[in-house]
Amino acid sequence: MSMQGPIATHRQATGIPTGRLAVWWLLASEIFIFGGLVLCFVLFKLNGTPGFEDASLTSVAAGAINTFVLLTSSLTVVLAHAAIEEGNVEKSFKYIWYTVGFGFVFLGIKTYEYTGKIIHGHIITENLFWSFYYTMTGLHALHVIGGMIIMAIISFDIKKGYNFQRVELIGIYWHFVDLVWIFLFPLLYIANF
Amino acid sequence: MSETHGHPNYIKIWYWLLFLLIISTVGPMLEIPIVTLITAFGIAIVKSYMVAANFMHLKFEKKIIWLLLLMSICLLGVFFFGVGSDVMMTEGDQWIDCIEDKSCVEQRL
Amino acid sequence: MSQATTAVQKEQHSEHHQELSFLYKYILPLDHKIIGMQYIFTGLIMAVIGGYFAYAFRMQLAFPGEIVPLYGLVGPGEYNMLVTNHGTIMIFWVAMPVLIAGFGNYIIPLMIGCDDMVFPRLNRLSYQIFLASALVLILSFFVKGGGFGGAWTAYPPLSSVAEYSLTDWGSSLWLLAVALEFVSFLLGGINFITTTMNSRAPGMKMMDIPIAVWFIVIAVILFMASVGPLIAGAVMLFMDQRIGTSFFLPSGGGDPLLWQHLFWFFGHPEVYVVLLPTMGIVADIITVFARKKLFGYRTVLYTAFATGGLSFVVWAHHQFIAGIDPRMANVFVVTTVLISIPLAEMMFCYIATLYGGSIQFTTPMLWGLGFLAAFLIGGVTGIYLGASAIDVYFHDSYFVIAHFHYTFFPITIIGMFAALTYWFPKMFGRMMNETLGKIHFWGTFIPFNCLFLPLFLLGLAGQNRRVYNFLNYPDLARQELHDLRVFATMSLVVMLLFQFVFIYNFFVSMFFGKKAPNNPWEANSLEWSIPSPPPHGNFKTLPSVYRGPYEYSVPGRESDYWPQNEPPKK
Repeated sequence: MSMQGPIATHRQATGIPTGRLAVWWLLASEIFIFGGLVLCFVLFKLNGTPGFEDASLTSVAAGAINTFVLLTSSLTVVLAHAAIEEGNVEKSFKYIWYTVGFGFVFLGIKTYEYTGKIIHGHIITENLFWSFYYTMTGLHALHVIGGMIIMAIISFDIKKGYNFQRVELIGIYWHFVDLVWIFLFPLLYIANF
Repeated sequence: MSETHGHPNYIKIWYWLLFLLIISTVGPMLEIPIVTLITAFGIAIVKSYMVAANFMHLKFEKKIIWLLLLMSICLLGVFFFGVGSDVMMTEGDQWIDCIEDKSCVEQRL
Repeated sequence: MSQATTAVQKEQHSEHHQELSFLYKYILPLDHKIIGMQYIFTGLIMAVIGGYFAYAFRMQLAFPGEIVPLYGLVGPGEYNMLVTNHGTIMIFWVAMPVLIAGFGNYIIPLMIGCDDMVFPRLNRLSYQIFLASALVLILSFFVKGGGFGGAWTAYPPLSSVAEYSLTDWGSSLWLLAVALEFVSFLLGGINFITTTMNSRAPGMKMMDIPIAVWFIVIAVILFMASVGPLIAGAVMLFMDQRIGTSFFLPSGGGDPLLWQHLFWFFGHPEVYVVLLPTMGIVADIITVFARKKLFGYRTVLYTAFATGGLSFVVWAHHQFIAGIDPRMANVFVVTTVLISIPLAEMMFCYIATLYGGSIQFTTPMLWGLGFLAAFLIGGVTGIYLGASAIDVYFHDSYFVIAHFHYTFFPITIIGMFAALTYWFPKMFGRMMNETLGKIHFWGTFIPFNCLFLPLFLLGLAGQNRRVYNFLNYPDLARQELHDLRVFATMSLVVMLLFQFVFIYNFFVSMFFGKKAPNNPWEANSLEWSIPSPPPHGNFKTLPSVYRGPYEYSVPGRESDYWPQNEPPKK
């Protein structure tokens, strides 16, 4: 990696590279944002708020396929990291774009789901469950889109031969997005009792 | 960076994750709430641990990151139980339907 | 706004680094010092707006229904908008940018001995988002219906339904501005934490970091940990306002109390988010001017950790009359009273630092001591309010307002002046006029007490807050109470007039003041070892650190200070 930016960026008093440390702090703050939202949902659900039985209307199949897609994309992005550690830029580039592709598949299934729900009249204002459904999955989808854009930028950076460490950083972020989905899936799709 | 450690076998982890995903999807088909609860959320926790430890390389990360993440989760617990102990108390909320009847309102206040 | 800021800075820095164009040096800077000054100047301009609002509504309270000079007639809706935005501006656009982002940016890299923040471009982005948030807030005053008037706490349903608040877009823009501001500070905060964790000068151990840096970082961590649920809540409230969901509307199954919890889970740590930076800055100032080692460096630090931890379990004391479970209220009374212990301990450490020191009453020292004295009253009255039995009566009275301002005025305004006068020589390379500085101090400190002490009495007399005209209420319209109101308002006007002394002193000293040496206060920390103002890149050779920052009056040394980067004698 090239020496660019201030000297401060290249110091490592904690033994953790600056970028990775910052990503962990970013994820800590994201835990609070998603955690706050999810816990509000759980509170309403435990309270027996009317409308939460609509969880049975969400499609478990679509949710499960999306979980599969995101888990697989996590695998490809970690393989991209492994490849760049070996210095294999071409392979890493390929795996990053596999991940972006899985991101598109995820968003496609999400769109299909949204469309189906809206056609059946389950719009965001119908009741609190659907409000939470669209808010939580929407916020998550925004994170997916953000990750995909950043990944595309990084893929061209490593082709030009710099910022290799960023493959790992975007990977950590992407796994976090995956983790959020791992919790949203049972909350919104499976737990309908 | 992470040259100092060997990789976990990513493909193997992925197989495990898929296996767990299948269980969590099949679990609710038994239609026993407690089983659903365990297969849905118990497995979500296991899955997230596997992703975090292996894919995010938390296994090889310094203790301070563990501390940071655990603190975040503990604080969310404080938030949940603090807010929950109030928000879950619904007595006194439901008096609108009996506003005509004074004794009913007083009973529910 | 940034043009005004940058025009000022231009004069000060034009001698350095001609290779950067004006645009990249002052409008889109990467240098942490310039970004810090952008924050400080933006915050000062917002402080002028917030002070102007306070002037308008205090005049309305003292002389109801009369035309306020320089403002005009204050209508009831407008009064609410003024009160709400005074609070919002002073906390989110003055206290946080100036104390945390502004001075944090300026002093962290200098004090820990590195050349810049670790992510200069992220730093610039966070300022730009902050500037956008300030502009959105100002825009919200001018949309149809006027600015948001539902109090800075924005309790739904008042804040979420346009028919209730009567400010359809005003509320949404207000919320958007606050959310943008949070994002900006999250980004900035990650930068601060990472910089301090990773980029300290060689030899600077954890216990060699100046308290000011420590406390800013702790404050940022508190902010990060508390703001997340509120960001989620802000998204939910925004959707209630604009899309028509009912997260916080009981009619649709939602829960308005949930917002109060989300807000105060953030809102109470936020008090310590703005308190800690000032506490840290004051720690640095009093050690320098008492020429004494900080009493109990580790104790001060651990009390800050304790305060930070406890601050997450006290939030419901804002909601004692909101209908929370009384059993739960008991728990929060205990934690609330408990949190005064670490803060009292910190205060005693500061007083012990002063004991037996050779105190120099310079302007920054006066501000520092003024902070300790005033904050003490604020803290002690907080214990009354923390006890639920008393709070039920005092809630939403002027007693709360007086208590709040006895904490936040010292933190924000006094702390800001302490920091500005202390680091002014470093920032602009010139000394401030001491005589004018002292006139300004006394002209602010005495009217400040005259302004808020009567409010305690008014609160005890039963005066509610958020009332447009007290003369409409016979029991509050009594002459002796109204005299107190007029006295408080007059004190405010006097205080505001004295600020012109500061503005004059600030700008005249900036251009014509005495040239400042590298280390005018003979302080130890690293920022005083380099020229004033510091050049681009800060240190010619990056320093190494050999000792803690508070080694003053060490026996057996010729000078009474011992810079952190001075190598020990062989």
